[in-house]
Amino acid sequence: MKFTVPIGPQHPALKEPISLRMTLEGEVIRDVDIRLGYNHRGLEKLAEEKTWLQNIYLTERICGICSHSHSTCYTQGVEKLMDVEPPKRGIYLRFLVAELERVHSHLLWLGVAGHEAGFDTFFMYTWRDREVVMDILEMVSGNRVHYAINTLGGVRRDIDDLQKKKILDSLGLLRRRTEYYLKIGANEPSFVARIAGVGRLSKEDALALCAVGPTARASDIPQDVRKDDPYGMYAEVPFEVATATTCDVLGRVVVRVKELMQSYNIIEFLLKNLPDGPVAVRAPRRAKPNEVVSRYEAPRGENIHYIKSNGTDKPERLKVRAPTLANYPATVVMLKNGFIADIPLIFAAIDPCICCAERAVTLVDGRSGQEKTVLMSELRRQAQERWKKVPPKKDAAWPL
Amino acid sequence: MATLKTLLYIFVYPGLVFLFVYSTFCEWFDRKVYARLQNRMGPTHTGRWGILQPVADFIKLLAKEDIVPERADKTLFTLIPVFGIAAVATAMMLLPVWHYDLAQPSANSFSGDIIVLLYILTLPTLVFFLAAWSSTSYFSTIGGARVLTMLFGYEVPLFLTVLSPAIMAGSWRLAEIASFFQHKPLLLLPNIIGFIVSVICLQAKLERTPFDIPHAETEIVGGTFTEYSGKKLALFRLMTDIEMVAGSGLIATVFLGGFPGGVILGFIYFVIKTLFIIFLLSLIRALTSRIRIDQVINFSWKYLAPLAVLQLLITIVLKGFVR
Repeated sequence: MKFTVPIGPQHPALKEPISLRMTLEGEVIRDVDIRLGYNHRGLEKLAEEKTWLQNIYLTERICGICSHSHSTCYTQGVEKLMDVEPPKRGIYLRFLVAELERVHSHLLWLGVAGHEAGFDTFFMYTWRDREVVMDILEMVSGNRVHYAINTLGGVRRDIDDLQKKKILDSLGLLRRRTEYYLKIGANEPSFVARIAGVGRLSKEDALALCAVGPTARASDIPQDVRKDDPYGMYAEVPFEVATATTCDVLGRVVVRVKELMQSYNIIEFLLKNLPDGPVAVRAPRRAKPNEVVSRYEAPRGENIHYIKSNGTDKPERLKVRAPTLANYPATVVMLKNGFIADIPLIFAAIDPCICCAERAVTLVDGRSGQEKTVLMSELRRQAQERWKKVPPKKDAAWPL
Repeated sequence: MATLKTLLYIFVYPGLVFLFVYSTFCEWFDRKVYARLQNRMGPTHTGRWGILQPVADFIKLLAKEDIVPERADKTLFTLIPVFGIAAVATAMMLLPVWHYDLAQPSANSFSGDIIVLLYILTLPTLVFFLAAWSSTSYFSTIGGARVLTMLFGYEVPLFLTVLSPAIMAGSWRLAEIASFFQHKPLLLLPNIIGFIVSVICLQAKLERTPFDIPHAETEIVGGTFTEYSGKKLALFRLMTDIEMVAGSGLIATVFLGGFPGGVILGFIYFVIKTLFIIFLLSLIRALTSRIRIDQVINFSWKYLAPLAVLQLLITIVLKGFVR
């Protein structure tokens, strides 16, 4: 007996609105249909109304987890448009925050993976240790989530020796903890039984479907923008691209834990070799008409911003391609012929951030399946009309 | 006097009042241990050390809106939680917790009561399945199918291991089994494999991690209980708590030598021994992750069932030596 089960747009495994229509045969998934477009942000249009500087804080709000990656990706693109070269100390501090953000994002993901597999103890432990990074970020930037440390031509805040020492001290604790998590994640029998061999994505499929980030690296593709097309100071930082050969969720766990260790090394290198000097230079208000594509290795994968300027103090067009969008086609392949129990794990393994990836809304008629695009004002009118027809609930009573 | 005693037995101890108080206490204990193992605080605010939190949750759920799905089988959907509570409370009645005199057996202690108790403890599984089936949602249906699939895994090993002490004691009566092991406590040691297997099976019966597959929230929302809310959900939660107490009481009776020493001492023994087993259950819950349904069946038939048979063999061989 085949039947279709909707996972989402409201579902405890998915905290964000996306719909996965699963065609099941017993417990086995035979077909998957991913439906997007429950979340319209209107962010790209809004960016055209704001100045270059204001847009830094707007792009930061694309995502709550990798906020710094979006704002950095945008900032380095605009700096290229304006021909501004940030001072070296500014660059170092910018990517210090970037690596700290990668640490916090990967620790968060480890916890989520534990929770999706029903291993709540792992979840609680990783999130406890994530607080260490959050505290460092708060100390460095003043905020836990939206750091707002980028500005055109550098960063907004400097760090002193005391803060430097504190960060280096915390790194020791984080390294010990991460080694412990690698031990648990790759050895605890009930956890490994759930993730080993689940959600296979062969190397050929990963290449053909343009998977990015840890998803691609777990399929043994050493693809990392920091290595392939070094931006900032990554050309002078020694680090390795973490890969795994198992091509499954276990590989994605291992890749992320290995990347954590690499990030600790990078942070240590940045702090030990922090150059002296100013942290920012003045940037002009306008950019000459031109266009630029900015690439950035976010914790989830390659993040791309396309920016077009027209000579004013506002961008003519900003296009954001978040890493989650690039991983959707691969997810469909991973989910096929899996079990229902594997859906949350496989889907969480790409570290989906739907609110990053969503751009526009399409209305789909539930009965006929017809799709159409409508204006916001039309949508509002329809909603009001509908609620006029529904009588107010009169028999609602306090149940006791 | 006898009537008063029976009434006391049914309503006060170990009847409904005691069951409610003690099962909520056990839930609190389980939550606290689980939380401390996860480096959390657990319940802290309601009552001293948050001890009233399960009661507060129960009352809160009673006050919530109670929704019956339109397409559900309404009678079955409404009756099934009550039936579940009745089943597990009856199971509790059969445990020899209070005043059992082997010379004058009371109505609730008879030869073969261990079989009846095991049978009654199987009913909650059926209740979960019927609850899932009658609510007709996809998530519930999948949950219900999982409940029954899992039953084939853990039920046989549980029966085999619980019956092996009975074979050793040469009796099908819980009170007699307990008193046999009180007189020969050393004979409890060969039952250690059976004890471990039965604790794991009890964990599966209670549908707790790693066996919380029928209501795995990240996969099938609430699973069996997706459509339940308000009073009915409160009753289901209470039912699971009571089942935990009754199940651990059964294991304590057959594997840990029962609860000797009259009312007060027996009560203390009951609390200590059941809490010990609940502690083990919390430990398993904190240290493992949820496994898949096919893995449960594999695990039960590859490891639990052979171990249970091994326990049975050990018991039979040893019985020849003891005699």
